Amino acid sequence: MFNDKKIGSLYVAPFVIGFLLFTAFPFVASFVLSLTDAQLQDQLGSANFTGIQNYTEMGRDATFQKSLGVTFFYVFITVPLKLAFALFIAVVLNFKLRAIGFFRTAYYLPSILGGSVAIAIVWRFVFAGDGLINQALEMIGITGVNWLGEPNTAMFSIILLRLWQFGSAMVVFLAGLKAIPEDLYEAADLDGASRLRQFWMITLPLLTPVLFFNFIMQIVQAFQEFNGPYIITGGGPLKSSYLLPLMIYEEGFKYFNLGYSSALSWVLFVIIAVFTAIAFWSQKHWVFYAQDREDKNGGAQK
Amino acid sequence: MTSSSVRLSAVTKSFNGTDVIKGVSLDVKKGELVVFVGPSGCGKSTLLRLIAGLETPTSGEIIIADKDVTYAHPSKRGVAMVFQSYALYPHMTVEDNIAFALKIQGRPKAEIRAKVHEVAEILQLDHLLQRRPKALSGGQRQRVAIGRAIVREPDVFLFDEPLSNLDASLRGQMRVEIARLHRKLGATSVYVTHDQVEAMTLADKIVVLRAGLVEQVGSPMTLYRHPANLFVAGFIGSPRMNILPATFAGSTADSVRIQTAQGSLIIPRKDVSKPASDKIQLGLRPESLSLTAPGAEAHLTGYVTLIERLGGETFAYVTLKEFDCEPIIIKLDGETAVHNHQEVALTIELKRAHLFDADDQALGHAPDFDPAQV
Repeated sequence: MFNDKKIGSLYVAPFVIGFLLFTAFPFVASFVLSLTDAQLQDQLGSANFTGIQNYTEMGRDATFQKSLGVTFFYVFITVPLKLAFALFIAVVLNFKLRAIGFFRTAYYLPSILGGSVAIAIVWRFVFAGDGLINQALEMIGITGVNWLGEPNTAMFSIILLRLWQFGSAMVVFLAGLKAIPEDLYEAADLDGASRLRQFWMITLPLLTPVLFFNFIMQIVQAFQEFNGPYIITGGGPLKSSYLLPLMIYEEGFKYFNLGYSSALSWVLFVIIAVFTAIAFWSQKHWVFYAQDREDKNGGAQK
Repeated sequence: MTSSSVRLSAVTKSFNGTDVIKGVSLDVKKGELVVFVGPSGCGKSTLLRLIAGLETPTSGEIIIADKDVTYAHPSKRGVAMVFQSYALYPHMTVEDNIAFALKIQGRPKAEIRAKVHEVAEILQLDHLLQRRPKALSGGQRQRVAIGRAIVREPDVFLFDEPLSNLDASLRGQMRVEIARLHRKLGATSVYVTHDQVEAMTLADKIVVLRAGLVEQVGSPMTLYRHPANLFVAGFIGSPRMNILPATFAGSTADSVRIQTAQGSLIIPRKDVSKPASDKIQLGLRPESLSLTAPGAEAHLTGYVTLIERLGGETFAYVTLKEFDCEPIIIKLDGETAVHNHQEVALTIELKRAHLFDADDQALGHAPDFDPAQV
């Protein structure tokens, strides 16, 4: 009745159906929609084909250009900061300390709570005009700042939300640090290299594959940041934290411009793809793999 | 300047309350190659790491080149170490690996280049300088690791089981190379191994360790000919020494009479005092036993249970009549005609026989023992 092939198909069916329905279909549909003037409230099929008009429109759209600038600023600030911070904490947590397991868990916790809506709401309370930070400042006699009301500090607050979720990158760094053999450091100790030099000359080079992985993941995630600006700042003030994902959402579901919103999604997709491609292309200049292609032929000979 | 290059005084080391080194005192003379040998867990690697400064002793004193370095940083001890895993920096070329220590010291570029090339030439690495470690064979990596040590011109070289990751034939080759290098550089070296062949062939002096204590120190042949106890006797020499149960039956100034399951034997032995227990042990190396030649006296009889032919030599396993012990191994010429189940008579080279008391300590000394040589 059931042969292996059928049973196998049955097992993969949930994934295949889910993938087709929720990934492949929206992917293709959004591209088709991006070439139309579709509106969210319209009947299906009533949209007109407009070619690349949505894309050329972006050239004249000041909001888009502002959003693009803000997005790049956000990504270029958060990704290096977060990587550096995650690496720093990972190095500290790699020390042989008492109760190190507790600290590792404690530092990872924010990432579990992470970018959830609940935490974003908490963040809003913390940074609000009468929020925790300002109350604390007041207690020591400092007049608070209108964190979410000033363009600079509003951006700062959502950047901080992302930095706070350094845990997953940290765990990957920690695994990478553990994979570096102890005797390399012992050899360096004997050679007289200071801890700092050991970090620059041994740890960092040997960590580049992990750094590369984290870099790609962080770039992709940062370009897609939505919860922070949506819940905490609403993109404001003066669009100062109006990241592209928020604009995509608002164009589609607030202004009902499904066609334009889809086109924006595709632009974001291409931007992420280009950055990832550049990262992959550049890795031969800075990522060190213990086993790589070039030496396989040059290879070992007894 | 004293002639001693490394001196350990009553060094102990505990990890979490477990004593790993239980009070070791030792002198390594300048230019000497000393081998620490012993079974796994005997503390030989820990002792080496204590000298290197990678561990700090719980008590005791470590002197290198007349300086107390007990608590000094590894880089301030004038030692260089070759690790079992080689510990080469995988992202650096061979040249950068060898140059690393000199770079850290901030030496001028031209000097570094010259030194690296000089070392590379000694170790025949010149053509590999631009390669990364992963593109090297095991033996080449080992040479780079040695090169990295040599280039620093240390007072003392430390080797931590440097050959154990190599296959057998390469190990033999590298062993010869290390011996050659030691002769050429004449540097003081401490070498850790669990391989008694390495110890015998390389060492000027062997230190046999067991459970954190020194069992015996001496030249390879001293340990071989005059083991201080059963442990050393069993550890040095391959195949191992055969041990037979015996009873002490009296001694003179230069011999001991013993009783075995097959009768009594007179063993030439000096400085023997009567043991606390009459139960003693007779130690016979496989090469001091032979098939009894016509007309010669037979000391033992038994029958062959297994034959291992290695070509140049043959090992015969002989189960002795009347004895309650494992079959003994005798080493014969490769061409010797013996076969399984054959009944054989054996002659002992009596002046090479060893005796141990019930506590496994050597009973007296062999006739050729010279205390001045120890």
